[in-house]
Amino acid sequence: MKVGIVQFPGTNCEYDTQHAFAELGCETQILWHKEDTIASDTDLVVVPGGFSYGDYLRSGAIAKMSPIMKALKIYADNGGKVLGICNGFQVLAEIGLLPGALKRNEGLHFISRHHHLKVVNNENEFLRFCKTDQVLNIPIAHHDGNFYIDDAGLKELYANNQVLLKYTDSTGSIDNPNGSVDSIAGICNRAKNVFGLMPHPERAMESLLGSNDGRAMLEGFINA
Amino acid sequence: MKAIVNVFLKNGVLDSQGKAVLHALSGHGFGTVSDVRVGKQIIIEMNESDETAAKEKVAHMCEELLANTVIEDYEIEIQA
Repeated sequence: MKVGIVQFPGTNCEYDTQHAFAELGCETQILWHKEDTIASDTDLVVVPGGFSYGDYLRSGAIAKMSPIMKALKIYADNGGKVLGICNGFQVLAEIGLLPGALKRNEGLHFISRHHHLKVVNNENEFLRFCKTDQVLNIPIAHHDGNFYIDDAGLKELYANNQVLLKYTDSTGSIDNPNGSVDSIAGICNRAKNVFGLMPHPERAMESLLGSNDGRAMLEGFINA
Repeated sequence: MKAIVNVFLKNGVLDSQGKAVLHALSGHGFGTVSDVRVGKQIIIEMNESDETAAKEKVAHMCEELLANTVIEDYEIEIQA
């Protein structure tokens, strides 16, 4: 299983992500943003968290113009699997691989803490080892995680089972930290090969460090 | 030629920063303020002589990069 991990200037979760997938037995490779091809034997490309280009203009806006993103668009359009975590989710929304946009958190604060998430739909490769309504404990760390989509777009997300994760409390009741529409924390595209979420599953790989709930999420991609 | 681009959140998309500024102003005695919107201004210097061509190029820049049209509107003003 080969995992490519995209690196922009300002990315800061690439090595955590690399460690997480190495733990799961994957061969990993960092893909510098100036590269313009993605090897055809790559099984998954992760756009990791961080602050690509300092979040200048808008989070993810400048990153979407880079050569690796043009290659990633082609890779995804051909059915390649892509996961965007945090800033990676913002980049994927900016380039249009995922619907909607990520706005400034409603309370205007950067939020960095563990948060609970509820699995809304597991009929996809990402969450196939999680149960519907299962509550996961995963860290969040973002300033612009306020997911926005218009009413028509939201309806379409539900109709196609593209809403994957919602922010909740430990009992699974909605607990929205950032103002996201319907408390949405993670979605996928219609074809279910591009996934994006604001929380950081790669930071929840060891119970010693607070939670290992991220493991079940990332394992979904292994030998899928 | 100079292009002034103003980018704002669309009507109907909650402008949290605008709301925070509104509350701060109201709390400091500016009771007549009824709404505040916070946006950004991008000033572009261009080697263009034709105003229409310049405006067209800047509109393209807005669609490609300067604005996220899912949540933002933009206005372009060209100055000679």
